[in-house]
Amino acid sequence: MRGIKRMLAVAGKEVRQLARDRLTGGMVVGIPLIMILLFGYAINMDVRHLRLGIADQADTQRSRMLVADIQATQIVDAITMARDGAELEELLRRGDIVVGLLLPADFERRLTDPTRNAGQLMIDGADPIVQGVAQALANMPFAARPPQPAAASLLAVRTFYNPEGRSAVQVVPGLIGLILSFTMVLFTAVAIVRERERGNLEMLITTPIRTIELMAGKVMPYILIGLLQVTLILVVGIWLFDVPLVGSILDLYIAASAFIAATLSIGLLISTFAQTQFQAMQMTFFVIMPSILLSGFVFPFDGMPVAAQIAAQILPLTHFLLLVRGIVLKGAELGELLAPMRNLGIMFAIAMTISILRFRKRLD
Amino acid sequence: MTESTPAGPAIVAEHLTRRFGQVTAVANVNLQIPTAQIYGFLGPNGSGKSTTIRMLCGLLKPSDGRVHVLGHEVPRDAEALRMHIGYMSQQFSLYKDLSVAENLEFMAKIQGLDRRARRTRIDECLTRYDLGRLLTQRAGSLSGGERQRLALACAILHRPALLLLDEPTSAVDPQTRRDFWESLFELIDQGTTILVSTHYMDEAERCHRLCILDHGRVVGEGEPQQLIDDIDAHVVEISNGDLRRVRRALEGSAGVRSIAQLGSRLHVLMDHRTTDPVASAREALGGEHEHVAINVVRAGLEDVFVAATGAATEAAD
Repeated sequence: MRGIKRMLAVAGKEVRQLARDRLTGGMVVGIPLIMILLFGYAINMDVRHLRLGIADQADTQRSRMLVADIQATQIVDAITMARDGAELEELLRRGDIVVGLLLPADFERRLTDPTRNAGQLMIDGADPIVQGVAQALANMPFAARPPQPAAASLLAVRTFYNPEGRSAVQVVPGLIGLILSFTMVLFTAVAIVRERERGNLEMLITTPIRTIELMAGKVMPYILIGLLQVTLILVVGIWLFDVPLVGSILDLYIAASAFIAATLSIGLLISTFAQTQFQAMQMTFFVIMPSILLSGFVFPFDGMPVAAQIAAQILPLTHFLLLVRGIVLKGAELGELLAPMRNLGIMFAIAMTISILRFRKRLD
Repeated sequence: MTESTPAGPAIVAEHLTRRFGQVTAVANVNLQIPTAQIYGFLGPNGSGKSTTIRMLCGLLKPSDGRVHVLGHEVPRDAEALRMHIGYMSQQFSLYKDLSVAENLEFMAKIQGLDRRARRTRIDECLTRYDLGRLLTQRAGSLSGGERQRLALACAILHRPALLLLDEPTSAVDPQTRRDFWESLFELIDQGTTILVSTHYMDEAERCHRLCILDHGRVVGEGEPQQLIDDIDAHVVEISNGDLRRVRRALEGSAGVRSIAQLGSRLHVLMDHRTTDPVASAREALGGEHEHVAINVVRAGLEDVFVAATGAATEAAD
């Protein structure tokens, strides 16, 4: 009973200090807002309006039709005309265009021969995304050569969960996890180290407070802050970027709580190693960078080498991405997502145990 | 739990030693600290005062030796001991971004006082330490003296049997220091045992007993007056004359242990083996300086300190 009171006293004190610390307070709201706006608007992975140069040497009715059809996709905007392939190449090299369309003089004859390509797309390969887009463009059926039954593509592509392929939909749920792992790890790591740096800890450890009371008290306010950030990202995501929330909002908050607990315990673990706030921040980046790169947030998880996949298992974000994408985009229920929930629980238990064992109520 | 009776010592330490890597910060210290007295650790910076205090309250683990504090074996039973001690570290260790009232309230809760006890104790401390008018002020904006009163109030909210103060007055003016010591004697009257480390002589003189530390070793222990009476050196004062030249003449002479200038006098510590210190001093000065006045004077605590720490250095050489 006394233990709970002491824990609440620590939590209450922490909230007061947070309320007075403008910088941290700003980070609670600022980091999620800035990141979601950045990812939502600026980092747009929908490729549109690529600059196109056209060299139509055939200049027939069907060649002009093809040019019009390609422009109608909005993927490319024709900005310049060229005489031949050599000129297109020069434009590409100078960076004036990123895609060149070359329709040779024998375009009409090539069209009738299903074994030959009728024209050529010249692509600036320096940009990996553009390359993918142009490849897709080449595969599109255009009226110039109506797809013949025999030549129909073997597999039809059908996209689930995000049929329009909008990147905000893909990014926002993952962003919840990314922002949480960034802020939660950093806040807790710094929260304990700050007391060490300012000498508060030397006094606290001469009092009867137990390690677990101190740690739990320090961490509690950040669970609420984490849930607040989840709400903020969801509201902005739904309101500004039309991200659908297919699954249950309760499930989402339960999953988020499990993830927050796991990341907080990693922050605590860092705090038992770091002597200064600066060290705590450096160590935080050791967790954040792999989280961004390996969790499946940026690069598809299945495309990574096996070693990286194994390494990614110790990152809470890897498991949370399964949860949040499942719930928000696919409408999955928690009952179907027990494995990642269990993994987060295991991580929380391990990190918390090591932290409490490592934290000594002594200075040596 | 065995509470020590006023007759028994509050702290017993045997062969207390602490090493940090190659450095021995505290070496083979034996202590018997009586209950309800102020016990002082006097020593220069780096003499092992803080390390000793930290070992006594379980903040540091001794490399060697045994410690019993208020009947608890430390560090084994440090947790049980923590209910009964108050600690003020060298650095101000309360929360600067919390107000005076919030700091007191927080510490009272951490010490496990219930609501009623919290209210009465905090009120008592606010009155006693004149903090009432500062209630809503942030601790970070308090003056040195106010901070110190707040730190003391926070350390004794739970009425600890033992109060450990690590250089508590290093950042305050003399008047504040006097007031602070007055409040320490009040606590002694209530039965508290107080351990204080200092490098101020005037503070050391106020302690019931003193332990002089130098390079981690005890080089003197006892009541301040007893230490002064037992000093193993003679003290002479030299006036009238070109003190700078006198000083140069005396430096390095046999029997002269230390020289300090106090205004228009030279304060000279002579070896205790000298039978007639005045004659020895004249001898050391040679034919010159015949007009100077040389008198034997009463030793002060500073002389005890200089003699004791000097002796240790000699022994080490």
